Amino acid sequence: MAMNERAGDTVNFDNVGLRYGTEPEVLSDLSFTLFPGSFYFLTGASGAGKTSLLKLLYLAQRPSRGGIRMFGKDMITLPREQLPTYRRRLGVVFQDFRLVKHLTAFDNVALPLRLAGVPESELQKPVDDMLDWVGLSHRVKARPATMSGGEQQRVAIARAVIGRPDMLIADEPTGNVDPEMALKLLRLFEALNRLGTTVVVATHDVHLLKKVPESLIMRLNKGRLTDPTGALKFPPRSTGPMGAGQ
Amino acid sequence: MSTPPFATELADSTPAKAPGPLKGSAAALLVPQARLSGPIPWVIAIMIALVVIAAAGGLALNNLTGNARAELSGAVTIQITEANETLRKQKAATAAEVLTAQDIVASLRVVPEEELDEMLRPWLGDGAGSQDLPIPALIDVQLSSASGPEEIARLQAALDADVPGARVDAQSEWLQPVYSALSSLQYLALALIALLTFACAAAVWLAARSAFSNHRETVEIMHLLGGTDAQITRIFQRSVVRDAAFGGLVGLGLGAGAVWLLGRQFAALDSGMVAGGVLGMSDWIIIALIPLAGVALALVTGRYTILMALRRML
Repeated sequence: MAMNERAGDTVNFDNVGLRYGTEPEVLSDLSFTLFPGSFYFLTGASGAGKTSLLKLLYLAQRPSRGGIRMFGKDMITLPREQLPTYRRRLGVVFQDFRLVKHLTAFDNVALPLRLAGVPESELQKPVDDMLDWVGLSHRVKARPATMSGGEQQRVAIARAVIGRPDMLIADEPTGNVDPEMALKLLRLFEALNRLGTTVVVATHDVHLLKKVPESLIMRLNKGRLTDPTGALKFPPRSTGPMGAGQ
Repeated sequence: MSTPPFATELADSTPAKAPGPLKGSAAALLVPQARLSGPIPWVIAIMIALVVIAAAGGLALNNLTGNARAELSGAVTIQITEANETLRKQKAATAAEVLTAQDIVASLRVVPEEELDEMLRPWLGDGAGSQDLPIPALIDVQLSSASGPEEIARLQAALDADVPGARVDAQSEWLQPVYSALSSLQYLALALIALLTFACAAAVWLAARSAFSNHRETVEIMHLLGGTDAQITRIFQRSVVRDAAFGGLVGLGLGAGAVWLLGRQFAALDSGMVAGGVLGMSDWIIIALIPLAGVALALVTGRYTILMALRRML
């Protein structure tokens, strides 16, 4: 096999680099594996490349070099038309929420299900339940412009997890909520993780890292991954279900 | 912390790929339309109205030319120029005998002098009947087939022997410049239709690009959440088709109304040639199909525009 990977790996990066246009690389020589059911924190200073790495993970960007496999498929050679199939296996919480401004909270949360072809008659209950779970049952008909930052963030999270994705990618998901809500959201991610979803949370909040003891930490420094805890091996070893740390 | 209420059973039953298009209200929600308030439906209406008028004009000219050609295709005129009235009458009678003996002649009629005088009176006034102004004798001949150069030469040869100075003219030749002019007008109508089609496609292209640009953020979100190009394109197509259908119907109404009014004006001229240009049922069916063609054009243009824009995104 050309790349370091195991059959069950969720994500495998092999010597990945990313540059925008003719600018210097914002990400360089990234090689790592994300294993199913693992919980990762991605940390790093502002401008370290966290969002760029997440863009590669949620298939909004193709790398300038190197190889990426996700769910056993080579994403570099994958035809563009097949990308939606893999995007539907991801849940993404964007740093700027990216809610559709003219849709209500209900319709924003229902959007991934509608795009996946779920009939309208089967949407009401799961969406209502999810909004209730994130504490927004009273804001079902509210549009983003009338919501607080924290409410928008919770809608974004509900939208990301409603379809129970294989991998959840969250970019600073607790940045706009109070500590109590941040903890609640983290517990939501953990619950999702326990159900088998791989979770990647980008944050610069070091206190958050301690809240999930079994998590693994990936640190980005000037576009390169470092391994501060020794939990991750680059290139990854083919061991253990928690992979990097075993 | 309780387990979050994922739509597990829904996710499990969700097709792995190629979900169907978003339908009805769900699609309308995603790209809200300021329908019919923008200029595009009205631009399309004007284009369709102009195409209807140009097409009706082209079809009428085609009918007119066709009918005239059919009427005159076997018609020949024999002209006998002779200053002496007695001789002229004798020559005309001889020519009629010679022509009657020809197997290609179906019928003939020596045009009476009174009829000739009457025809020329608008130009010559009372001088038309004067003996001082000799007028050639005319014989209208209807051939059993079209009057080609071969038939004309044959008649001329037959007449040259017994009626020197008689001249054979195919009536269709006199009208050749008129046919050419009518033909040019038909090409002009076609060129107009082609230009209007191009302008209509350009208007839809601009409108689709503008709509895409206005909703780019929503499109990007849909893409990142797993929306396919087909799903997104269908949403925009719906609004393009609605606008084009509205514009097409209004345009057809305006254009057909204008054609009907023009038809009445021309009918009032009471001219035999103009009567040949009357639109038939098949012509009206073609005109009625123009809005459908407009909608199809808008559909294809809109779809292509959105797909091209989407393909520039990952």
